[in-house]
Amino acid sequence: MVSAETLTQKAAWNAAAAVPDPEVPCVTVADLGILRWIRVVNGMAVAGVTPTYSGCPATLAIEMSIEAALRDAGFDVRIERVLTPAWTTDWITEEGREKLRAYGIAPPEEATGSVRALFGETTVTCPKCDSTDTEKLSEFGSTACKAHYRCRACAEPFDYFKCI
Amino acid sequence: MAVHDAILEVADDCLVLGHRLSEWCGHAPMLEEDLALPNMALDLIGTARVLYDRAGALEGKGRSEDDMAYLRDEREYRNCLLVERPNGDFAQTMLRQLFFAAFMHPFWQAAQSSKDEVIAGVAGKAVKELAYHIRHAGEWVVRLGDGTEESAVRMQAALLALSIYVEELFESSPAAQEAEAAGILPERAAMRAAFDATIAEVFTQAGLDMPEVTFPQTGGRTGLHGEGLGHMLAEMQSVHRSCPGVTW
Ligand SMILES: [Zn+2]
Repeated sequence: MVSAETLTQKAAWNAAAAVPDPEVPCVTVADLGILRWIRVVNGMAVAGVTPTYSGCPATLAIEMSIEAALRDAGFDVRIERVLTPAWTTDWITEEGREKLRAYGIAPPEEATGSVRALFGETTVTCPKCDSTDTEKLSEFGSTACKAHYRCRACAEPFDYFKCI
Repeated sequence: MAVHDAILEVADDCLVLGHRLSEWCGHAPMLEEDLALPNMALDLIGTARVLYDRAGALEGKGRSEDDMAYLRDEREYRNCLLVERPNGDFAQTMLRQLFFAAFMHPFWQAAQSSKDEVIAGVAGKAVKELAYHIRHAGEWVVRLGDGTEESAVRMQAALLALSIYVEELFESSPAAQEAEAAGILPERAAMRAAFDATIAEVFTQAGLDMPEVTFPQTGGRTGLHGEGLGHMLAEMQSVHRSCPGVTW
């Protein structure tokens, strides 16, 4: 027996979970693991949202989009910014990784060494041709969460979603 | 002195260095660095915002993050002297970044077990970001220190110019001591071993030696700053001060 409360909870989650990330619109806030939880209490949906990077300029835009989506679904809304535990790329779902790859962004790879290792290289697979013969052009790419890479096999530059 | 003053010190370090890095935006020697430096600036400014907010809440006088950043004068800023040093050339900017990150990485690592939930949360995020800062700045220090004759001369000059500001990182003000005793912030002096290890690792590859510092410079935590900070704040605060509360 499914209670009405569970159904409402599910409706709220579905509405919020479908919100696309403003900087990487191929994935949703649920795919990225940025939307942590939803609690519905007396018609008020409280959404727990975690920022990816401390200074990610998209944080506010993401919170506003989630709020708008929940309002459209008929809820009063409160957004709670969740800092602990800190977001990690491990929270990106399998489906999210697939979507990133299809979009041309290499999903985060398990870092082989410490990120502090000087000139440390992580083997990143080219999202276009699957070659692992790739090189890092810049640790810091077009957004806080991405590094910039180039594929030596197909010569395409591409974004890599950094492991954090 | 109180715990919120100690949090303000850390917030000021992050904001001032973040602002310094942002000054490179549009001026960096190559596009990759034009993205990298503002990216690191964003990490630091993002951290500062949460800390200002927390310091304001603990202070209990209703001061917001904007009040903290825009409405305090130079003498009220409590940042250490290292972070306010002007960008200089690329050698100075990268060595300054390495010194700061090599200190802050173990600092945030320890702060993850802070008794203040917000500090612990900030720390969990910042420690991951600072690892990237160490690597990025460290690689540049190696490239320049062990690069051309010209780059080595510049890195050597940067080292002489900045090494006198390192000691202050390890000093705890009375406010910081209070926060340390309360388990809110980690003890600054305890970061020495981790800092030395990081610097030794980079300097060995860069062919650099930490110079003997006879007269370490200090005073930032009591509001005594170099001339550069006043200029920086004048620029950073000018819009907010001439049009209070303006938004766009
Ligand atoms: Zn390829």
